Amino acid sequence: MNAMTKSAADLRRAARDHIRLPRLETPFHDRLMAISEVNDWYNWAGYKAPHSLTDGELEYFAIRSTAALFDISPMVKYHIAGPDAERYLNRLTLRDVRKLGLNRVHYTAWCDDHGHVLDDGTLFRLGEQEFRLCCQERHLPWLVDSAFGFTVDIREETEEIAGLALQGPTSYAVLRDAGFVGAEKLKPFDIATFPHEGGEVTISRTGFTGDLGYELFVPRAKALSLWDRLWAAGETHAIRAIGYGALNQTRIEAGFIVANADFMTAEAALRADRVRMPDEIGLEWLVDPDKPNFNGRRAILDARRNQTLKHILVGLEIEGNISAEHAIVYHRQKHEAGLVTAAIWSPTAKRNIAIASLERPYGSKFTGNLWVEIYALRELKYQKMMKRAKIVPRPFVKLARRTATPPGLK
Amino acid sequence: MTSFDAIVIGAGHNGLAAATRLAKGGRRVLVLEAASEPGGAARGREFAPGFRSAGLAHLVNRLDAEVARDIGLDLKGEEKLLPTTVLDGSGKAITLHGAYGESIDGVSADEAVAFAAMRKKLIFQAGILKRFLRRPPPQIGAISLGDISTLATAGLSLIRRGRSESRDFLRMLLMNVADVTDEYLTDDRLKGLLAFDATLGIHLGPRSPTSLLGLYYRLTGDVAGRTGGQFIPSGGMASVAPAFVRAAEKAGVTIRCATPVGRILADRGRTSGVVLGDGTEILAPIVVSAVHPQTTFLHLVDPAESGTGFVRSVKNVRSYGNVAKLDLALERVPDFTGLPVEARNGRIVLVRSKEQVETAFNPAKYGEFSTDPVMEITLPSLADPSLAAAGGCTLSALVQFAPYRLKAGWEQGKPAFLKIVLDVLERHAPGIGKSILAANLMTPVDIEAEYNLPGGHWHHGELQADQLLVNRPTGAASGYTTPIEGLYLASAGAHPGGGISGLPGWNAARHILSGATA
Repeated sequence: MNAMTKSAADLRRAARDHIRLPRLETPFHDRLMAISEVNDWYNWAGYKAPHSLTDGELEYFAIRSTAALFDISPMVKYHIAGPDAERYLNRLTLRDVRKLGLNRVHYTAWCDDHGHVLDDGTLFRLGEQEFRLCCQERHLPWLVDSAFGFTVDIREETEEIAGLALQGPTSYAVLRDAGFVGAEKLKPFDIATFPHEGGEVTISRTGFTGDLGYELFVPRAKALSLWDRLWAAGETHAIRAIGYGALNQTRIEAGFIVANADFMTAEAALRADRVRMPDEIGLEWLVDPDKPNFNGRRAILDARRNQTLKHILVGLEIEGNISAEHAIVYHRQKHEAGLVTAAIWSPTAKRNIAIASLERPYGSKFTGNLWVEIYALRELKYQKMMKRAKIVPRPFVKLARRTATPPGLK
Repeated sequence: MTSFDAIVIGAGHNGLAAATRLAKGGRRVLVLEAASEPGGAARGREFAPGFRSAGLAHLVNRLDAEVARDIGLDLKGEEKLLPTTVLDGSGKAITLHGAYGESIDGVSADEAVAFAAMRKKLIFQAGILKRFLRRPPPQIGAISLGDISTLATAGLSLIRRGRSESRDFLRMLLMNVADVTDEYLTDDRLKGLLAFDATLGIHLGPRSPTSLLGLYYRLTGDVAGRTGGQFIPSGGMASVAPAFVRAAEKAGVTIRCATPVGRILADRGRTSGVVLGDGTEILAPIVVSAVHPQTTFLHLVDPAESGTGFVRSVKNVRSYGNVAKLDLALERVPDFTGLPVEARNGRIVLVRSKEQVETAFNPAKYGEFSTDPVMEITLPSLADPSLAAAGGCTLSALVQFAPYRLKAGWEQGKPAFLKIVLDVLERHAPGIGKSILAANLMTPVDIEAEYNLPGGHWHHGELQADQLLVNRPTGAASGYTTPIEGLYLASAGAHPGGGISGLPGWNAARHILSGATA
């Protein structure tokens, strides 16, 4: 059939193919599809990403007991390079980029002029004048507008660069057996490059699980061969591909926050009171008042001086074993004090843990006598529980193997 | 080396007004000027051998009396208000006498009554807006007692006149000038004058929504307490800049010309002085920028010291001029058909109707100049014979519309536009062409180069509803203070706006002296 014989309806349908298949597929999609038993996908920044591939519990224990492979390609990535790249990023983000060494990564965040957090993410220093910024949301207009007056080139490389997180106690063993010689030297937040298929793979000792783990980045064309290389080496180390459900549990245990889950980003928030300053989401430690000027500096320091910070992010330990996700937090069982943004029963900590956003002075001045009201839907009836909650430090799970160098093998 | 409490960048009249007020408030003030002489856009220049132009402005119509008194300005001639004559080419002139036509010649008795009613209405309404001129605009989120009292008295003055006055004010505030003139007037020439006055220097046509604001702005100005008045000081416009300089020097201000500022020093949200073009550092806790806000924040302050959102909003300030300035050296005083001899020393507006102004604006929307432009003219050498060679005369015209961003480029467009302008003049003053010894047309691009005025816009940013008051030049820098502590804005780009009023500079200085930090 040629175009002349196609009906108008066929042509219309063909022209809106993107509506029929609205999700992009990551470079690893063929492998994920082959493994997936449950066909449980969700939308991660426009990409089709697995919530789970086989069994959520087994996937969780792969992270904590063996090795887990997680496709992080949908993570938004920007390549930032040029003579002013360091100065540019220092103005853009909260931490002092001058202190970020070559082949090092740091966690950071960035704000608008009002000191409201636009996103958090990791900044990779790949060269003296070359960086990669990884984050949850898209920011190209903001990044480009921030470049006025700087000699710097900014490109989004989310589609071009494939990413894999290899996490868990045997993750180093997988790398070693896959032939990445020298990977044992990587300390937490180190970056190194290794040959792969006539090209290079960039490996950093980073991750979102609070465990021993690595993140690997390759050009899209080398994605599948990298997956196969790890998969073959991982067989004896019980490697397992995982979805976001398992990863999310470990990130809560590690006390990490997720943009637009634990806080609303300034550009996504529609309601004026939903935006957050770094100090309101536990990121005050990123703010460096001594470094040169950066976006939001004055607003943040003014809010500190004038004590106008309205919220605080806390870790909670809740009695019982029912997850308190999105439960309301009360003070003295009476006064509404905030909201639980993420919660699980932690299989590793054997505790019922939560991350909550509280309205000061709850969480800052009034730290005791906190309660959460959990509504558990049990066979079409809510069982309401008022459970005692205690503010505890994050991370909830701290593993020595995360930082041990050289890394362990099991 | 002498140390200074404050550095003022730019020796335009606003910079000098700010410096003088600061000096009178006990501060040691240094003014730095890039050009070889002070005066800014009021700086004169020789445009042909033996013929001088007094600068961009050729009339004074809004010099604030309190500013003049406070800084000790010794300009004279205020008592002699100049008339405005409208010429449409028919040979029959309309002349407005006194302050914006307190009496009017050349129209029917009915039209004169109608004009008087309209004048009264507009002056009353402009009077409400005038209350906001002499103080910083209210800061949203930090409204002060003074703001409340200004707002309250503005409201009270409305209410006192009854409900219908209040309603009419709110109805008219954002109207276009064309519709307002239709409500009151029948004479096309008179409507044309109001349309011209409302849009001069603004990128709007008389039918554009909110174009009445331009006329309100004009009528917030007064001369010797007379709203809408205009005068040329004795000695001519060339005496304006020296008067500001004298006032500043008398107050103890140090002025250094030919000293361009290369950078404003700023570190972590605080300024500490400036670096000159030659690399010399001059330190002071207060820096007052009396140059264009875009020059200030996009070139002089390192963008790293401002927030991304702030830089974005400064970049978005619309500041593309539409007015060309023509200076002619003439062999003799030109003879405009129908112009009464006693009105020769005043303002002459060449306009037929508001439709002509609207049609003249149309091409400006698309990057082309008017083929049938409108203009206002003065003959500066009548007040100051030294401007012209013996026996000669100078003519100064503000012509619009001549958009800064001309599609064809001004290099190509300028000769063509000059010919159009001279043809218009020839029609109104037959024989003027033959008496031209030299013609100097400055397009907005030339104005930008000559006076360091981005976009060649004498208001330092469009004077439109979205760039006024709390949004002038942009929200975060609208109260003379800026996101950088110690750095203040004091040019026409700050509240209330352009024209020789002295207010942006004087207000800024008073704000600094008040010790307010926001």
